[in-house]
Amino acid sequence: MIKVEGMTKRYARTVAVDNISFEVEKGRIVGFLGPNGAGKTTTMRVLTCFLPPSGGTAKVAGFDVLEQPLEVKKRIGYLPETPPLYPEMEVVEYLTFVGKLKGIAGSDIKRRVDEVSERCAIADVRNRLVSKLSKGYRQRVGLAQAIIHNPDVLILDEPTAGLDPKQIIETRELIKDLAGSHTIILSTHILSEVEHTCEQVIIINKGRLAAIDSVSNLTARLRGSESIAVEVEGTDGVLNRAEVQGRLERVAGVSAVICKESRDNRCLFEVESLQGYHVRGDLARTVVGAGWNLLELRPIALSLENIFLELTASEQQQTVVAKQ
Amino acid sequence: MRNIFIICRKELKSYFASPIAYLLMAIFAVIFGFFFYSATAIFVVRGMESQMMGRGFPMDVNEWVIRPLLMNASVVGLFLIPMITMRLYAEEKRSGTIELLLTSPVRDVEVIVGKWLAALLLYACVLGISAINIAVLFFYGQPDWKPILVGYLGLLLQGGCLLAIGTFISTLTKNQIIAGGATFAVCLLLWVLDWVTAYETAAWGKVISYLSVVTHFEPFAKGVLDTKDLIFYVSMIFFGLFLTARSMESLRWRA
Ligand SMILES: Nc1ncnc2c1ncn2[C@@H]1O[C@H](COP(=O)(O)OP(=O)(O)OP(=O)(O)O)[C@@H](O)[C@H]1O
Ligand SMILES: [Mg+2]
Repeated sequence: MIKVEGMTKRYARTVAVDNISFEVEKGRIVGFLGPNGAGKTTTMRVLTCFLPPSGGTAKVAGFDVLEQPLEVKKRIGYLPETPPLYPEMEVVEYLTFVGKLKGIAGSDIKRRVDEVSERCAIADVRNRLVSKLSKGYRQRVGLAQAIIHNPDVLILDEPTAGLDPKQIIETRELIKDLAGSHTIILSTHILSEVEHTCEQVIIINKGRLAAIDSVSNLTARLRGSESIAVEVEGTDGVLNRAEVQGRLERVAGVSAVICKESRDNRCLFEVESLQGYHVRGDLARTVVGAGWNLLELRPIALSLENIFLELTASEQQQTVVAKQ
Repeated sequence: MRNIFIICRKELKSYFASPIAYLLMAIFAVIFGFFFYSATAIFVVRGMESQMMGRGFPMDVNEWVIRPLLMNASVVGLFLIPMITMRLYAEEKRSGTIELLLTSPVRDVEVIVGKWLAALLLYACVLGISAINIAVLFFYGQPDWKPILVGYLGLLLQGGCLLAIGTFISTLTKNQIIAGGATFAVCLLLWVLDWVTAYETAAWGKVISYLSVVTHFEPFAKGVLDTKDLIFYVSMIFFGLFLTARSMESLRWRA
């Protein structure tokens, strides 16, 4: 559905996107992830024909953004970073205008406007002036605007920015709902959002592609080992930290034990295990068997956050090495 | 075509949703009203004088009242036009709505023509106020209506040409004030260009004064429809809109 090959975008001095290639299949939800200034918005602007690429090609639904922009635009719904709203219009008026602009037939407009205002939960502010809306409602109107013509491809630049927690969940549900029939690219800084909504992640950093994979693969790839948090309390008011550490280390499959925190007669350890071992049962038995209290035993999920930091950090290290 | 209409309607709505349209009409009504009062007063005084001197009263209303009024209206227009066009693109660029327009399945030229048309219609509404004054003349005299129509056509053409230039200037900046100021400067310059002929008789003096929008308006005010002036205005409109289209394109490449 979306195919980007060797795409580069240069602004006057900066190279915002540097030779990026990726492909998105029909019906997928793809998360676009990257630190500030990574080039997410720029990539989206190229895909929506707002900016022409400086090099390489980008195709949406088989149409090149440079050669057949009108065909591409017909198939895209776009929510820019700041929702493109006209303050002097009422919400309904605005949605009607956008609907017409996107080529919806006059007879269908009213129905579509009603549908999207229902879906994006803005029905109660229908007749309000856009300038009088709160930030979250503006964001929702922006989202309604993007889906009004039922486009094949949805490009959402930070769709949940400024929403309240309930609305964030609803928006995520809405996005997931739309996924089957639409191809969706969304950018975000909230990593858990990608974990919750997306099937595929594209991580970019400083304009370069850092990783592209499915969420589950990416998580598995970096989870060479499992980490477990273990909190132990001494029963008679004292706890010999070194002794606990020693015993935990001797459990089969444990590769490292680090003491994270120790207070009075308590101590929190982070235990790393080798791949293929299930050490939690043995850890519990060891602690209890030695007469200590086991306060907590919890696997530390290796989140996308870690992956993200790791990928973007290693990129930085690489560039440092390259400079030397 | 449909898209031009959609854009035009939206622009007109936002003109009338903000005080700008009413403000322009009010300014114009006051200034034009003053001119109208003065012109008719002078006409009456002159008429009395000539009657006392024994000449017949019936002087030509078209020549004595309407022609100077149309000339004045065209000059007042120069001052109002920047206020009409300054927001057209500058505001969209500032608020980011330009992203909506440029990513919607509409051609740049449709957006440009739609916006320009809305500006022209607003200008026509503003001029319409002067028509109310002039209509009064029909109750008290028998002015010839054909030259008046030609005069208004001239006003619209002159307005259309300056509005096209203003639209172009509005694409160059995010700041409405800068767009308005620059448009005003250009309008003023195009108005006074014909002063060159007062001291320069060489060919280039003629060329420069040819560009003066006011020179081309004078025949219209007299009720003379000359194709040469018509062509001048129409080609200036095309030129202005063409520049706007180029600017939109380069906006993409630069942005
Ligand atoms: N109009 C512009 N002119 C010049 N440089 C720009 C322009 N827009 C963006 N850039 C630069 O391009 C790079 C990428 O910007 P971009 O907006 O794509 O980042 P982003 O990933 O969307 O960041 P954020 O998470 O902050 O939204 C940045 O270095 C930025 O400074
Ligand atoms: Mg961004």
